[in-house]
Amino acid sequence: MKEIVIISGKGGTGKTSITASFAVLGGTNVVLADCDVDAADMHLLMQPDFGNEHDFYSGELAYIDQSNCTRCGLCRQICRFDAISVIDGEYVVAPIDCEGCGYCARVCPTKTIINKKLLAGKWYISNIKTGSQMVHARLETGADNSGKLVAKVKDEAKAIALGKRKDYILVDGSPGVGCPVVSSLSGANFVVLVTEPSVSGLHDLKRVHQLVKKFNIRAGCIINKADINPGLSNDIKLFLEKENIAHLADLPYNEDFTMAMTQGETIVEYRQGTLTALIKESWEKIKVLTNQNKIK
Amino acid sequence: MKPSDWLMINQQPFKIAIASGKGGTGKTTLSVNLAAYIAEQEDVVLVDLDVEEPNSGLFFEGKLVHEEDNLKMIPQWDESLCTLCGLCPKVCNFHAIMQLGPTILVFPELCHSCYACAELCPVNALPMTPKVIGKLRDYQVDKLHFVESRLNIGEEQAVASIAKTKKYVAGKYAEVRIALFDSPPGTSCPVIEATKDADFVILITEPTPFGLHDLTLAVETMRKLEKPFGVVVNRDGIGNDEVLRYCKAENIPVLARIPNSRKIAELYSAGKLIYPEFPEIRESLGHILDYCLSTAERSPA
Amino acid sequence: MKIAFTAAGTNWDSMIDPRFGRTEYIVIHDENSEELIAIDNSAVKNEAHGAGTATSQRIFELKPDVLITGNGPGDTAAKALAHMKMKIFVGAQDMTLKQAYEKYKSGELKEV
Repeated sequence: MKEIVIISGKGGTGKTSITASFAVLGGTNVVLADCDVDAADMHLLMQPDFGNEHDFYSGELAYIDQSNCTRCGLCRQICRFDAISVIDGEYVVAPIDCEGCGYCARVCPTKTIINKKLLAGKWYISNIKTGSQMVHARLETGADNSGKLVAKVKDEAKAIALGKRKDYILVDGSPGVGCPVVSSLSGANFVVLVTEPSVSGLHDLKRVHQLVKKFNIRAGCIINKADINPGLSNDIKLFLEKENIAHLADLPYNEDFTMAMTQGETIVEYRQGTLTALIKESWEKIKVLTNQNKIK
Repeated sequence: MKPSDWLMINQQPFKIAIASGKGGTGKTTLSVNLAAYIAEQEDVVLVDLDVEEPNSGLFFEGKLVHEEDNLKMIPQWDESLCTLCGLCPKVCNFHAIMQLGPTILVFPELCHSCYACAELCPVNALPMTPKVIGKLRDYQVDKLHFVESRLNIGEEQAVASIAKTKKYVAGKYAEVRIALFDSPPGTSCPVIEATKDADFVILITEPTPFGLHDLTLAVETMRKLEKPFGVVVNRDGIGNDEVLRYCKAENIPVLARIPNSRKIAELYSAGKLIYPEFPEIRESLGHILDYCLSTAERSPA
Repeated sequence: MKIAFTAAGTNWDSMIDPRFGRTEYIVIHDENSEELIAIDNSAVKNEAHGAGTATSQRIFELKPDVLITGNGPGDTAAKALAHMKMKIFVGAQDMTLKQAYEKYKSGELKEV
């Protein structure tokens, strides 16, 4: 079983559409994991049945039990996040400001403050239209994506893949360069970087690749909308060459991506054209490279 | 009272935050174009609060007028005072402190600056001290003032840098009438920090199923924060009309629709402004601005 | 010598867990006593933040001489382990503990 992670650093590069296309091409042999939980959109293309729902708890939140509170005000004094205020004479915690550091609970003289596990969202195991399964999540507003949720989603996908003897897990990775993306990458056999030839696209590609390098994971790159700025596309290719990243494909600027999405389809289902051919070719290359990625 | 009068007597700029549920929908495009448009007439501040990946600056070649460190408070171990009692690693909920035999190790990137270790230490061996986590830079091109904060790689506490940047702007540009805040994407803490004291929030989205889904999450967030907000549809013409239908059903004003065009994508990729080439976009920017400012009149809170 | 593995299970035939901070188990092999001890790391795995340092703290308490893992520790964990002067060998993902141990013995694992 191999784990392939698709990341992009910057948003809006077509990462999710491309991942979904690979999932369709891989069919029943691919378990999907949507770890882009900040903007979890994969379900819009995969017709999940949300069959199996679970609560996800992460971090803590201070809670003040009013019946035992002596209104001494110590908690409010020590809180650096201004998360405790007095409303109608009662000390209350604003969940949006509380960082869950637990300091107030430690100093409360009557031990009336407790740290509650914070319900950060939900995660699901769904049957999807490819005949396979997908693990995905939804965060509560204001909840932070964390390495823990990403690890959870990936673990569940891995368990399914092992149990049902699937060859691949496809992970739609988290954005940015922080803890969630580290967790997305951790354990991967191959990384697909999706980028676009814009000043910010190249900049973000370089940043996220630093992480990939650190984890010693073999990587390939798809340049989406490559023809929109040939000069920058060329700069990206030079960077790929220098860093020994496999150049998987140049995808042309094409509104079929959006048209397909509007139908709730991936591009490979929507139209059999150049774009679909290029994506199919990329997927074949990825499979070869992933399986070549043998132990050094 | 005219909005302009109200704005004159209010000692702070009118704060417009530009946000979106996901990245790549045109947040930066709208922010830089709106800022440049306003700067044709009057002073304006554009603040890039996407501190992990500030990109607005790629569109301007400004003169650097001010630079300062962004700091965060972290505990610093004082070996001479420490009795190795073992309390500090226990009180840290973020695993930012380790005790390795006779050594206390602090991991600044994991620290949330809650002060628990410093203040609970019985011998005061972990005093809080400032650490540089990034830089704030203030640039100027004619009437456009551009402020960005950039976190150093590996630093994760975006919220503190965002708060600090807002404070800097409030102090230095109290006289400017309008401030624009380019917010980080998503619906998590950094976005909330970036938008929570805005006077108006513009949510930018695309008319696609992804765009609609992310917009509904952003709307949920703004309603939770009780912010007045409106929607700008980018790449109008692709996809379908579900976003427009949703806005209508939810009674959300659609401030403008920026047409889908390959030319715009090309200009963006090259780091260029779009409105000078498209008269209809110039008109839209004017409309967006008027609408935002008119809300000041309706709710002078 | 005491060897620590990040592991998905508790015995020699278990797979190496490629992750460091959020590894399922830490398995310790004592070469002198030929014992194999598995420590459940699920409590750390369920931490929202700081899994890397939390697992490092456990490694410190277990006092192995060598750590064998998959992708390698992240930044913060690497710092903590460096402080302990831990010898770290990576690239053992897709191997069982037994295979990884053999590769380590024959000098085929990469040291970081």
